[in-house]
Amino acid sequence: MTLTQQIITIAVVVLGTMLTRFLPFLLFPAGKPTPKYIQYLGKVLPAAVFGMLIIYCLKNVSVFSGSHALPELISIAVVVALHLWKRQMLLSIAGGTVLYMLLVQFVF
Amino acid sequence: MKKVKKAFAAAFPHTIPIFTGFWFLGLTYGIYMNVSGFSFWYPMLMSATIFAGSMEFVTCNLLLGAFNPLQAFVMTLMINARHLFYGISMLDKFRGTGWKKFYLIFGMCDETFSINYTAKVPENVDRGWFMFAVTFLNQCYWVLGATLGGIFGSFLHFNTEGLDFVMTAMFVVIFMEQWLKDRDHISALLGLGLSLLCLIAFGADNFIIPSMLGILGVLTLLRGKLEEREEAVQS
Repeated sequence: MTLTQQIITIAVVVLGTMLTRFLPFLLFPAGKPTPKYIQYLGKVLPAAVFGMLIIYCLKNVSVFSGSHALPELISIAVVVALHLWKRQMLLSIAGGTVLYMLLVQFVF
Repeated sequence: MKKVKKAFAAAFPHTIPIFTGFWFLGLTYGIYMNVSGFSFWYPMLMSATIFAGSMEFVTCNLLLGAFNPLQAFVMTLMINARHLFYGISMLDKFRGTGWKKFYLIFGMCDETFSINYTAKVPENVDRGWFMFAVTFLNQCYWVLGATLGGIFGSFLHFNTEGLDFVMTAMFVVIFMEQWLKDRDHISALLGLGLSLLCLIAFGADNFIIPSMLGILGVLTLLRGKLEEREEAVQS
């Protein structure tokens, strides 16, 4: 690719990304009342989206090969347990991550 | 000025996990660009303008292939379609934030959205500036990581294997926070279950769009039921 073609490619990616971010705000501007259906989605979607993001983070983990997803499952269980116990966001995240690093570097 | 400082002070602790994760992922991305033959200008400018992690890795591949802007555009829309959900969820929260709204929408990546949606902003802190601070700090971490990775990429040697799990851990915690706040868990379970099904059915590279359509479809079908329950609880 020439430099111009590279710039065009990057610009197109920026444009596409911004379209996905701005579109809802362009379709439903603040001045007008948002349709009831969209309000409903705004309320119920986030819980589902956070679930989807967890799966998204784990999408390249294989259950049938390598360490059989054990480090991931163990670490997630520890994150959940820590969070139920202390409900300290940083503690739960740091605890789970350090454990995961130890598991993949020294155990599996 | 005091208002801004206060907002940054309140926002910073929320961004610490992202600080760790973004430095690491940003470095990785910079190194990836570096070994693919691009100077640090590329990761620096791309991380600042695109500001969507997975898409930037994909763009590196696009730049190495044949020139095809239409394909690049369609791929971007598919990979980033999940942002549409974030926007719909943020319509109300971004209201009344003035000129900052433009930047808040521009910088709405997965992690920033998750924090801005779930964080409880202290009463004496300006909500708009708080979200602005979260967005800005996260973008700084990401751009700095990517730039440094691009410059020093080939000299780095320390065992960071597994550090990327910090993002997974963060989304698990955010999912739990939402769960503990919600009275009804149907939507949360749908998100996990349908995405997992789609991952098995369509594979790692193609499951996001079917997951989104599935979630949208089932939530639409359940609308009457879920709203009825909500009202029953409230009255």
